[in-house]
Order: sequence, then C-alpha cells, then structure tokens
Amino acid sequence: MLTFTIRRTILAIPTLLFISLAIFLLLQLAPGDPMAQVPLTVPAEVKQQMREALGLGAPWYVQYWKWLVQMFWIEPKVAIDALFGTSLYQDELRVISWQTRSPVMDIVMQRIPQTLWVVGVAYVVAIIIALPIGIYSAYRQYSMFDNAGTFFSMIGFSIPPYFTGPLLIVIFAVNMPQDSFWWFPSTYDTTHKVVDWDSFGVQVRQMFLPVMVLALQITAQLNRFMRSSVLDNLNQDYVRTARAKGLPERVVLLLHVLRNSMIPVVTVIALQIPNIFGGAIITEVIFKVNGIGQLLITALFANDLPMVMTLTFIFAALIVIFNIIADVLYGLLDPRIRYE
Amino acid sequence: MSDQTTEPRTAGATNNPLGALQDPTPDKPPRSQWLEVWDQLRKHKGALWGGFVLAFITLGVLIGPLIWQVDAQKLDIRSKDMRPIYVALWDSSAKTGWHRPLGTDNLGRDILANIIAGGRASMAVGWAAMLLTIFLGTFIGVTAGYFRRLDGVLMRLTDLFLSLPLLPLLLVAVTLFRQPLVSRFGPEGGMFILIVTIIGITSWMQTARIVRGEVLALKEREFVLAARSIGTQDGAIIRRHLLPNVISPIMVSATLGLAAAIITESALSFLGVGFPSDFPTWGKLLADAVPRMEKYPERVLLPGLMISLTVLSVNYLGDGLRDALDPRIRGR
Repeated sequence: MLTFTIRRTILAIPTLLFISLAIFLLLQLAPGDPMAQVPLTVPAEVKQQMREALGLGAPWYVQYWKWLVQMFWIEPKVAIDALFGTSLYQDELRVISWQTRSPVMDIVMQRIPQTLWVVGVAYVVAIIIALPIGIYSAYRQYSMFDNAGTFFSMIGFSIPPYFTGPLLIVIFAVNMPQDSFWWFPSTYDTTHKVVDWDSFGVQVRQMFLPVMVLALQITAQLNRFMRSSVLDNLNQDYVRTARAKGLPERVVLLLHVLRNSMIPVVTVIALQIPNIFGGAIITEVIFKVNGIGQLLITALFANDLPMVMTLTFIFAALIVIFNIIADVLYGLLDPRIRYE
Repeated sequence: MSDQTTEPRTAGATNNPLGALQDPTPDKPPRSQWLEVWDQLRKHKGALWGGFVLAFITLGVLIGPLIWQVDAQKLDIRSKDMRPIYVALWDSSAKTGWHRPLGTDNLGRDILANIIAGGRASMAVGWAAMLLTIFLGTFIGVTAGYFRRLDGVLMRLTDLFLSLPLLPLLLVAVTLFRQPLVSRFGPEGGMFILIVTIIGITSWMQTARIVRGEVLALKEREFVLAARSIGTQDGAIIRRHLLPNVISPIMVSATLGLAAAIITESALSFLGVGFPSDFPTWGKLLADAVPRMEKYPERVLLPGLMISLTVLSVNYLGDGLRDALDPRIRGR
C-alpha cells in the first residue's frame, strides 16, 4: 500500500508537468498585450522595455522554465517562511500578477478561505442530506419515496447553477420581506468578521444561498451513487445470512450493508471535490463571493496571464491530488482491493 | 418464446427419431431489435415524456419562426419593458399586450421571438457538440480497444484529459481564440465553431472509455474470429461487426452529451464569454436579464426554464434508453 502511494505520487509529477506545459503553450497563443492599458503617450521603445521587464522578450521555453522555478522553488520557500518563521526567501522574483503587480500566490492565499468555506460547507450539507435519502431510497426501491428521490436527483442534475442562483435570489432576497426570518442576503460580504454569536448568525445567513445552490447539485449526484451502491449490496449473500441469523433490520442495514456500500461512495466523494471547485466559479460569480473562481474570471478578462496560468494549474493539481487520494482510500477501506 | 419451440421438438422425438433434426417453424415472424427496444422504451414513462417534451421543444424552435413571424432583433423602443400577458391576471395596471405575449426586453425586443431564436442556437450548439463528442469518443475508443499497440498511448491521453480542469480551460480557450476565429468566420459563425469544437474536445473521454471496454470484450468473441478467418479486413470488422454492437452505450452517452453540451454552452454565455449580445442563446438571455431580475423576473425564469426542461427531458430519455437497450433487463 505504501509503495503504491509513493509510486502514484511520483507518477503524478510528469502528469502535472505535462498539464502545466499544455496550459502554458495554450496561453502563449493569447493575443492580449499586458501593455494595452499603458497610455498612448508612452513611446513605443519604452513599452518594449516594459514588456521585456515582464519577461516577455524571452523565448517560450525560457519563460516556462522561469515559471517552473518560481512556482516550485521560490514559492515553497515563501510558504515555509510564512509557516515556520525561517528566512529562506532571499528577494528572488516571484510569480507576479500583471493586474496588481503583486505576487500571485499572495492574492490566491487571500481568496482561498472564502472558496473553501462556501464549497466545504456545501459539501458537508450535501453529504448529510444525500446519504440518508440514498440509503432509504435503495431500501424501499420503487416506492413513492424512491421515485420522489429519483425525480429530485434528476432536477438537481438538470437545473444549472446559473438558473437556481438567480431563482433563489428572486425568492429569498427580493420578494421576501426584509424583516422576515427567511430573508437572506444575495451577496457575500468577505470583510465580515465572526466575533460573537450575532456575527456568526450573519455569516451563516450570508452563506445560506450559495451553499444551497452548490449543495443541490452535489446532493443529486451523491444520492444516486449511494442508492445504487446500497442496491448492489442488498442482493449480496451476506445480507441474507445476516437476516437468517435473526439480526434486526436496523443492524443489517446500518451496520452490514452501510459499511460495505460506503466504500465506493467515499471514493466518489473524494473524486468530486476538485470538480466542485471548478463548478463553484459560476456560483461565486452569481453571489459575488470573491473566491478563486471569481479571481480566475477577472484575471481572464484583464488578460493577466501569470494569474490565469497559476490558477488553472492549481485546479489541475487539485484533480490529480484527489485522484491519488481516492485510489489510496479505496485500497485502505476495502481489504479485497490489492494494488500490485 | 422458449415453450413454443420446445414443445414440437419433444413431441417429434417420441414419435419420429428424425423429428429432432427438423427445425420447427416459428409461428410469428422475427421481431427486429429496434422494435423490441421501442417496446421497452414505451413502458418507461419518464423516457416517453422526456422524448415527447424534447421533440416538442425541437419542433418549436425549428418551425417556431414560421408561425411567430416577429423579428427577434427588431428594436421597438416605444413598447419596451412590457410584461408577459399572464401578469395582467393579478396586476391589471401592468403594461401587457397580446401582440407581445411574453413581453419585451429593455430595448423593446420581443421575448417570445428571442426565446425561439435562442433555442435554435442552443440546440444547434448542443447537437453539433454532441455529434463531435460521440465521433471523437467512438473513434478513440474503437482504436484503443481494437489496436493493442495504440491502447496504452490513447488511454494515457484519456487519463490526461480527465485530469484537466475543464471549465477553467474552456474559459481560457474561448477568451484566447475568440479574436482570430471571429475575424475569419464572422462573429456568429466563428463563435459557433469555437464553442462546438472546444466542448467536443473536452468531453469525449467518458464515451471513449466505455467504447474501449466494450470493444475489448467483443473482439475476443467467436463471430469476430469467424469474420477474420474468412479474410475480413480490420476496417470491415470494425464497421460491420463491432460498431453495431457498441451502438447502445454510444446512444446513452450521446443523450448525456447533448444535455452536458447545452449546459456548458449556457454556462459560457452566462459568464460572458459566449456568443455576441445580438445573437441570443438561452444562456445569453438569462445572463442579460440577471441585473434587472427584481423588476422583471420572467426574463430570467423563461430561458432558465427552457434550459432546465430540455436538459431534464434529455436526461429522462437517456435513463429510459439505458434500460431499453440493455437486453438483460429487457422484458421485465
């Protein structure tokens, strides 16, 4: 198991390098010019010097190599310094955003908590709702409850977040009276600080709508997985044995069946996490959560290539990392799985 | 069916020893596979409704402009911001009129005409992207499954594509390639080619994996061996023997692909990187209406409902097709 984990991690490095190269080459084709915003009174040769100062004069492989060095050598040093108070970082050039002229990773670290809060809470809410529904749907297959659950999942699959978001805003933020308990703000205030119970309540209320939008989608998918996984296990021989021993239905379902059917579901949960980060882009735009998805959109429109490059690479790295986590979890949870 | 064939055979065996060698004639003509599938599909209520709604929407956007002959782009600033006709039910002072049954937008453009035109664009993008996805997925899946030498390379490629962050990459690609394509093919044609190609290139992986798995199992079967033993070429084996047998998983992933393509196109339009503003799609209409949705919620609701209804019906149809095309659970 340990060797498998190590091997998968080492194999992930060329994958990540290749992905970063692909993204980099894609961005090389970009027609945008970071000097487009500079006033026309600036002479052309000064503009050229400014471009070269940004490192744009060098051939692409030199630029790519520099990005690699900045991302994997200089940035980790900064991170270690920030974590342990050492001073490894010696004022080398970091990945600089063209919009703000400040290091990309600093901005990303400012934005990540908002995304993590909204996405993480949505994920937990979705798991809490989806798993019991999935289990009961499978236990009472083709019952009213099961059909309603199927319909609910289909709706969750089919209604995109850019429709549910405005819909919930119209219902809960616009048409609801302001003093009602069911009124929720439609925008997310990042500067809000949780200091006591009242401000915690405000935080919960402003997270409610984006979390609901994200959770609806995740619930629909997880619920289906849970249902089919429990259905697979209910037909197994060990369930019949457990019932024949005279175990109560509760024990059969919640101890024997549930533990076995959680194995694939846990890996699906791990595999879906990076997708949720990508999908949260739309939700962040709707509810004006200034997380990394919204950062990517603004960077794209502002032609801020280092920011776009770094963010897209972070998304790709998340996918690769969670793929490994899912594989390892699968092996740990299910002793029948043996990786050679 | 089995009891009809065994009975004459056992009766013949007792009276006449040669009876076992005679083929009993079936009393009914054989039914084609697609008739069986249709029979099974009809039993699935959701699939039937899904197919019906999908056909209705498709016909509506195809022949709608012939019936509702209002130019979607005509600006009529005097009758701007009209509400749909049903608003008159509870608000008699609202600005409504039968000549604009779903109202007009802030420039006086007819919303019904816009939704029909937007539907044409969304459906066209959806179908074209789905066909491209299916073509790429089937091609790569069959090649990887049939030619062992290419299997490793192609499957690594599939894994690599699966670990790409798709929505961010779609956004990046659309913003980057918009300018050259638009200048070559015009604003609408260029965006259409760009969006269809990009959705196709980033969503073939699931189809390829499923098709490869099926082909790997099928090519070891006796009928493929028999075909090869009479000298059938590889291309003919793939066309005549393998493709007809993998058609059912392809059809199921086609329905899923159609739904995904419509949703992705609308998402791109919603984020503002899709078609230009004077070329309506459902996602574009929805995105344009969001800033003023407190006063005119119907402008968000109508396109949103159309997207959701289309995707819901496609998903139900796919669900039914999956059941109907699986012979193991057919006839239950």
